[in-house]
Amino acid sequence: MTAESREMTVQAPAAWIRLVTDLAVPVLAVFTALAIGAVVIWAAKANVVVAYRGLLEGAFGSVRNLTETLVITTPYTLAGLAVALGFRCGLFNIGVEGQFYMGALCSVYVAYAAKGLPVYVHLPLALLTGALGGAMWGAIPGFLKAKLGAHEVINTIMLNYIAVKTVDYLVKNPMLDAAATMPRTPYIQPSAMLPKLLPPYRLHAGLLIAIVAIFVVYWLLWKTTLGFEIRTVGANPDAAKYAGMSVTRNFVLAMVLSGALAGLAGTGEVLGLNHNLPAMFISGYGFDSIAIALMAKSHPFGILPAAFLWAALRNGAGLMQLRAGISIDLVNIVQALVIVFIAADEIIRWLYRIKRRKEEIRELVFTRGWGR
Amino acid sequence: MTETTKARFSRLRALAIVFIVIGLLMIVIARLKIDAAQVSTLGFEKFGRQPVPSQLTVTVCGALCALTALAALVLRNARAAGASLAFSLLLVLLGLLTALAQGASIDLVGMLASSLRMSTPIALGAMAGIMCERSGVVNIGIEGMMLAAAAFGFGANLFFGNIWIGVLVAILVGGLMAALHAVLSIRFKTDQIISGTAINILAVGASGFLRRAYLVKAYFVGQTLPLIKIPLLSEIPVLGSVFFRSQPIVYTMLFLLPLLHVVLFYTPWGLRTRAVGEHPRAADTVGVNVFKTRYINVIIGGCIAGLAGAWFSLETVGSFEDVMTGGKGFIALAAMIFGNWNPIGAFLGALLFGFADALQIKLQILNVPLPYQFLGMAPYIVTMIVVAGLIGRATPPAAEGVPYEK
Amino acid sequence: MTLALEMHGICKAFPGVQANDHIDFQLEKGEIHALLGENGAGKTTLVNILYGLYRPDEGRILLNGQEIKINEPRDAITHGIGMVHQHFMLIPVFTVAENIILGTEITRNGLLDRTNAARRIRDFSHEFGLDVDPDAYISDLSVGIQQRVEIVKALYREADILILDEPTAVLTPQEANELFSIMRSLSAQGKSIIFITHKLKEVFAVADRITVLRDGHVIGTTTPREATRSKLATMMVGREVLLTVEKGPPKLGDVVLRIKDLKVKDDRLYMAVDGVNLEVRAGEILGVAGVQGNGQTELVEAITGLRRSVDGRIEILDRETTNASPRQVIESGVAHVPENRQKHGLVLSYPLVDNLVLCSYYRPPFAHGMVMDNEAIDDYGRRLIAEFDIRTPSEYALAGTLSGGNRQKLIVAREFSRASKLVIAAQPTRGLDVGSIEFIHQRLVEQRDAGCGILLVSVELDEILSLSDRIAVLYKGKNIETLPAAEATPEHLGLLMAGIREEKAS
Repeated sequence: MTAESREMTVQAPAAWIRLVTDLAVPVLAVFTALAIGAVVIWAAKANVVVAYRGLLEGAFGSVRNLTETLVITTPYTLAGLAVALGFRCGLFNIGVEGQFYMGALCSVYVAYAAKGLPVYVHLPLALLTGALGGAMWGAIPGFLKAKLGAHEVINTIMLNYIAVKTVDYLVKNPMLDAAATMPRTPYIQPSAMLPKLLPPYRLHAGLLIAIVAIFVVYWLLWKTTLGFEIRTVGANPDAAKYAGMSVTRNFVLAMVLSGALAGLAGTGEVLGLNHNLPAMFISGYGFDSIAIALMAKSHPFGILPAAFLWAALRNGAGLMQLRAGISIDLVNIVQALVIVFIAADEIIRWLYRIKRRKEEIRELVFTRGWGR
Repeated sequence: MTETTKARFSRLRALAIVFIVIGLLMIVIARLKIDAAQVSTLGFEKFGRQPVPSQLTVTVCGALCALTALAALVLRNARAAGASLAFSLLLVLLGLLTALAQGASIDLVGMLASSLRMSTPIALGAMAGIMCERSGVVNIGIEGMMLAAAAFGFGANLFFGNIWIGVLVAILVGGLMAALHAVLSIRFKTDQIISGTAINILAVGASGFLRRAYLVKAYFVGQTLPLIKIPLLSEIPVLGSVFFRSQPIVYTMLFLLPLLHVVLFYTPWGLRTRAVGEHPRAADTVGVNVFKTRYINVIIGGCIAGLAGAWFSLETVGSFEDVMTGGKGFIALAAMIFGNWNPIGAFLGALLFGFADALQIKLQILNVPLPYQFLGMAPYIVTMIVVAGLIGRATPPAAEGVPYEK
Repeated sequence: MTLALEMHGICKAFPGVQANDHIDFQLEKGEIHALLGENGAGKTTLVNILYGLYRPDEGRILLNGQEIKINEPRDAITHGIGMVHQHFMLIPVFTVAENIILGTEITRNGLLDRTNAARRIRDFSHEFGLDVDPDAYISDLSVGIQQRVEIVKALYREADILILDEPTAVLTPQEANELFSIMRSLSAQGKSIIFITHKLKEVFAVADRITVLRDGHVIGTTTPREATRSKLATMMVGREVLLTVEKGPPKLGDVVLRIKDLKVKDDRLYMAVDGVNLEVRAGEILGVAGVQGNGQTELVEAITGLRRSVDGRIEILDRETTNASPRQVIESGVAHVPENRQKHGLVLSYPLVDNLVLCSYYRPPFAHGMVMDNEAIDDYGRRLIAEFDIRTPSEYALAGTLSGGNRQKLIVAREFSRASKLVIAAQPTRGLDVGSIEFIHQRLVEQRDAGCGILLVSVELDEILSLSDRIAVLYKGKNIETLPAAEATPEHLGLLMAGIREEKAS
């Protein structure tokens, strides 16, 4: 008996079997989380059927509801892509919220302040500015990590708070629309607005931008040298260094691109939906986008369905609250549970008896302590 | 020289250079920005108020700061250098206060007392973080643990009509959330940052849900934990007002600090905890139960975080608001890194952040012509600077963040 | 002779591998029993079972005639079994005393009694002739002393049976001899010792009996008197083994690597490389010998651009590459087989084809500008896998599914298929089975004969002696001597590795 015969010999299963088992965990995670949500609803002495029916109807029940769900899907897609891109480079970008705001801030300024520009100049300019705003906000923790080894988690969280306060100050002071009843910027020029896809509903062209972004990110990650480097740095930064790749450059680049996507998400909201930037701009996209990226296993093609599902939950929660009296915080709880179940997918595997394939390498672990 | 001593020196050197720069900056700013005629009044509580010429004082502080920092750079003994740097820091703060108190007055002792009070949740959070991380489990869910504890503790207070039960519930909820984090990280070997984030999201959801479902209906505000003056000790000038006229959670924090230090470095339990955080396999091979040690440390850490949560809703404000923890859980992590994973050092860091908080409030009262949003940013910016500046030189437990596989 | 320990029918399987297959083993009281086998034979698994780190699928363990169950290290310790692991189980930031008392701490009023502990350790270690300083920090101690601490740690827990797993891997030949005399003295005092090794020489130096393992089976038990080196080697591998490598004389060309007065600091800011001078010519193999920790790792890192040097000069093909980036070094025509396969050499979660272009993905034909040509990459990968005989079900299999030998073949395939003039091979056969070792050695000689200059860094003296044309010895960061391989003997090299330069007889 030689050493060679003691190797692991594995038969690779058919591609469709792989796909099904890959999908099984996230789908079952959501299902289980909803089941637990049902228990919470029951404990709060509300009617589970009424509540979940409201949820479904609120999400898909009418054209209006469906388009609203798609409206929410747009920023979720872009924000989810942002986090997924970060994950691929081994970076945990919790700063999507801050980058979202900065993107919104920069784009709204260009959108309302630049007058007399034709739409095919103004709109792309505003979009670009928004992306750059987010990119800049992502570059800061990127640089700090690259040059000083400072962990991006704390820095991005701090920058979120700073961004919120910056926007609050700027909107309430230099960028304030004096005529408004609530503190907000002036309305943007029509030449900077994203066209509506299905008037009179609110669905706007931002959705198309989000879909294009998915393909762009896919192409970037798997078909370009830049993407190869980003993925390698995420998979094994030591090997990346050995192979000649610049780990620091890729960290910064990944954070910049991630920030740009998040900034674009904020830009979409401003240019397509609100047409201004209010001071009290609550999004909560930060945590949602993490859940979406995890559900999609950081793969661009998984982001759209995951974002759609999330948007459905959010949109439907409003009707659920109305019909059953359950506050929308329940959705937060469901979300947290989904994250828990996906991150600790062993729980789902154990519950539903799904075995791990032999050749599956464990998911990337991002935590390398505080800055090595 | 051991590895740790060398690293410590490098940290001190970096800080010293920073302070030299700050000291020089202070001199420049004083000359350029402060009117020579301006007077600041610094109050010392019982000792009355002392008006001082603003520009001169700030200049002197700046010069002394640069000198003490230079001394720190040159000194061979790490302890002496550290003490010298501490002086530099104090001088910077004094100069800062003087500059801000131009034409007005600031009570220094009052500032100190506020700083201590505001530092409490951060110090407790840092201690929670230390317990978890010293045993090898990264915990960014401290914010969530605090938040959930604040909400449920307040809810318990409402429900049972007893504020002490509220505190107890807060501690238990903190421990429970930590248990979840522990199970995810230790048993299921999840990425610890992800499970910490999940805890944070869960806390936002659960506490928001609780608030809207139950707490809003019975709007109850005002009852907080009592202020306790320790007889005799509270009469000591300065120290008495700062330390011995506080609320229970502050006292608990002050008590836990040396306790944690002793436990961590002078008891078998502490030795095993640190071993598990540095080299869990080595500990395993001599019979230490890595998993059990980690579970216990994380859960106790969670209980301490729960106590911090109680500070928010039961000791300070007397009600519960959405996300009232405002990022203090993350700032606590910065304090932990600042203190190089030691309780005493973390406390000093917490004091610094507490000072920033207290200053922010003071400045709003003083009507300083700076937008309140920028003042509000100060703690977060300071956190970033601390983390970025010290992270390369701080030594975390070697095995932290890595799930242990038998 | 009483049996201190018996193991009957021990079986242990891991996914895809039967590590222990019905193993019977007996240890007599007071003997030194060597467990011999090549890498992957199952020796470490067996002793890990004995120490409670693994649980056997089948089998019994008897201690002094009584059957016992060992579920975790605590049980093993209670039964008087102590182990010194191949990779030390010491905590660098703790003191010697703290490491020794961990788990069995001495306390006074609930607090650690450090003074008492220090005193006891001093007395205790002196008793066995293994003096250690209780208050020293492990990170400050030399490897030899660290190993001593490990032994004291085991004896402190009243171990009667001592397991030593590849203890000489990190020692100079002299330190190894010291270890052997310690072992003999312990055995004379009644301790029974299980000694794991894959080095034949050691077995003859110190063992009373030898058990050979291969592929998870016991092949046989014998004594040093009855056995010969070649007989043992055959037992270990299952076929006739060439103990030396066949190679002709070198055909020397120009200097491909020139290092002048190189100084490099390590992570702890100590001067790991302290003024090294070296030259490697095309067509020769320069072997760098030395015990782990004398600067070899940092030297290789400096040459390949993974670490900054503080002083000195590196020239590759007459162009200066001091502090060049790793990419610049690669493009200068350097192939690097790294010391740490998992960490530097491969991305385990990538398919084989991607790993094979890890260093050249950005150049045509694999990429044009920014866009990658996946078909070209796949074709290249298929070709290389066939050429280097890498055993895998598919070219898209993830690198992590390959065995150790095949992983190294993958790295070698990648590195040797580029047109390079300088090959840097650091510990290229560490942990590999004999078949893979032979393969790697063959390929290295092929590259040398094709006109490459090879810098071979290895802690295995046999490898250095059999492959090198010239040998340099690194001690405490300095190249203390360079000599032709023909003139080198293991004894001479051993002395050099310990820092002892012979005075030239006049």
